[in-house]
Amino acid sequence: MPNSVSITNNVTEFRQDFAIIANWLKFGCKLLDLGCGNGELLQFLRGSLEVKGYGVEKDDANVLACIKNNINVIQMDLEDGLSGFENQSFDTVVLSQTLQAMHNTEKIVLEMLRVGKEVIVTFPNFGYWRNRWQITAGRMPVSKILPYQWYDTPNVHLCTINDFDEFCRNHQIEIIQRKVITDSKEIHWMPNILGNLAIYRLKSRQLGV
Amino acid sequence: MQENYSIGIVAPQTAHFDTPLTLKCGRVLPQFDLVFETYGTLNASKSNAVLICHALSGNHHVAGKYSENDKYPGWWDNLIGPGKPLDTNKFFVIGLNNLGGCHGSSGPKSINPDTNKPWGADFPIVTVEDWVNSQALLLDALGIKKLAAVVGGSLGGMQALEWTIAYPDRVDHALVIASAPNLTAQNMAFNEVARQAIITDPEFHEGNYYEHQVVPRRGLRIARMLGHITYLSDDVMGEKFGRKLRDQINYSFDVEFEMESYLRYQGDKFAGEFDANTYIRMTRALDYYDPALQHGGDLTQALSGTKAQFLVLSFTSDWRFSPARSREIVKALLDNERTVSYAEITAAHGHDAFLMPDKHYHAILRSYISNIDIGDNHAK
Repeated sequence: MPNSVSITNNVTEFRQDFAIIANWLKFGCKLLDLGCGNGELLQFLRGSLEVKGYGVEKDDANVLACIKNNINVIQMDLEDGLSGFENQSFDTVVLSQTLQAMHNTEKIVLEMLRVGKEVIVTFPNFGYWRNRWQITAGRMPVSKILPYQWYDTPNVHLCTINDFDEFCRNHQIEIIQRKVITDSKEIHWMPNILGNLAIYRLKSRQLGV
Repeated sequence: MQENYSIGIVAPQTAHFDTPLTLKCGRVLPQFDLVFETYGTLNASKSNAVLICHALSGNHHVAGKYSENDKYPGWWDNLIGPGKPLDTNKFFVIGLNNLGGCHGSSGPKSINPDTNKPWGADFPIVTVEDWVNSQALLLDALGIKKLAAVVGGSLGGMQALEWTIAYPDRVDHALVIASAPNLTAQNMAFNEVARQAIITDPEFHEGNYYEHQVVPRRGLRIARMLGHITYLSDDVMGEKFGRKLRDQINYSFDVEFEMESYLRYQGDKFAGEFDANTYIRMTRALDYYDPALQHGGDLTQALSGTKAQFLVLSFTSDWRFSPARSREIVKALLDNERTVSYAEITAAHGHDAFLMPDKHYHAILRSYISNIDIGDNHAK
């Protein structure tokens, strides 16, 4: 049973996406981490890549934790969009395992593409076979990466890899790279069935957003 | 951590400056005094100094008491002291009374050395920029080259911001709390009503009431009552007073509602201790501050020369210095890729919240301030 409803607490347990995200970043880049939690990703990157990083976080306790950890954090609600950020003002905007908990999912992805030259989105793949299996068995999936019960989950927009691919096609979003992993191992064969976590590197196809 | 949370008994000092200070308005103060207090110990490398900038009605008495019998300590005592968020075991904290003030620094109430009479209306209109320049001179006098931090709320926050613009190499961290990059028309309108209340008081005598041995008490009182309304939120007024009656409705214009009693008490108290000429000057300093103005309204450009690290804080129920105004500062800092954190504190107390010891607010301040690096001379 989950004892927390923080939408970002997955990150502390699942750092499997961090290494991949780090690989897609340039040394010293300007990075915006949306839904940054206690700033763990930015701390992870600070030591190795010297990114100029800012976190965005809504939750008071997480904002306090970021400040304690000496992480730049801006307290705001992502559902309101990114109006405080200029077009193309960040090298990369990251949304790590938060997409599925957003209400205005479409809006935030488009806002990220407006603000960031590149966007990295990670989310749990609902098409993962264990999820499918639990549904087949007649229950809503509960797992390490989806630790909530149907009645207390913050996740309102779960999707599969195929769903997200289609979303990108329909929104003129270029997928620069995509990695799918399960327990830190990269999945190449039948990713929408065997992959637990999807990590996308995106940019807008539209010029002058 | 020390259990004793109070800085204890403190005493003000006065610094006299003989070097003329050219003000933004073009006038020159040939000499002036600044009254100030300090808490904690300046370390050998003088790297642990924190300047507190006061708001509209504040002064140099920021923490501690003047005697055991004092009813109240300084105005931000909940923040400053041994073991408090701004820990005087680590930092050397300076509070001063700004120029134009009425608590000992040169101002309308003090004696003009040229005439041997109070300055009165003739005291120049000073600005945030002038204050920051005079504060820098005070630091020079104390031998402090660089501030570990400058901290201010409201009008004090504007001074903190101005420090980072005017003296980018002299400040490591700026804590800009419940502030704004300039006042909105509505905010300035409140100031204008307050000033009109004072200026139209028959006992104002165009600012030269000292020589008539009177005080424009009515004007000052109304100005303060108005101020108090704007510093609180509707919710907190509702909670504090609601529609509570002191006794019953008497179909009179006497004090009948508790809210009226509160406002009159605050107004009377203030009119008895504050100077009207200072009040109208402080509101003008608020009105005039607008660092983006000389950059065509572009705040990003105005802040492009800053080097400090920033903590910007706002309070959800503050409608006089709303979170949106703080976010403008944050945006301009982000545009310049400055090191900045921003927290929006959920608080019911409106603008006054910045002076309250809210747990989360103080936890943020404590965490941020404790991370401020003062080098290897950390006094323990």
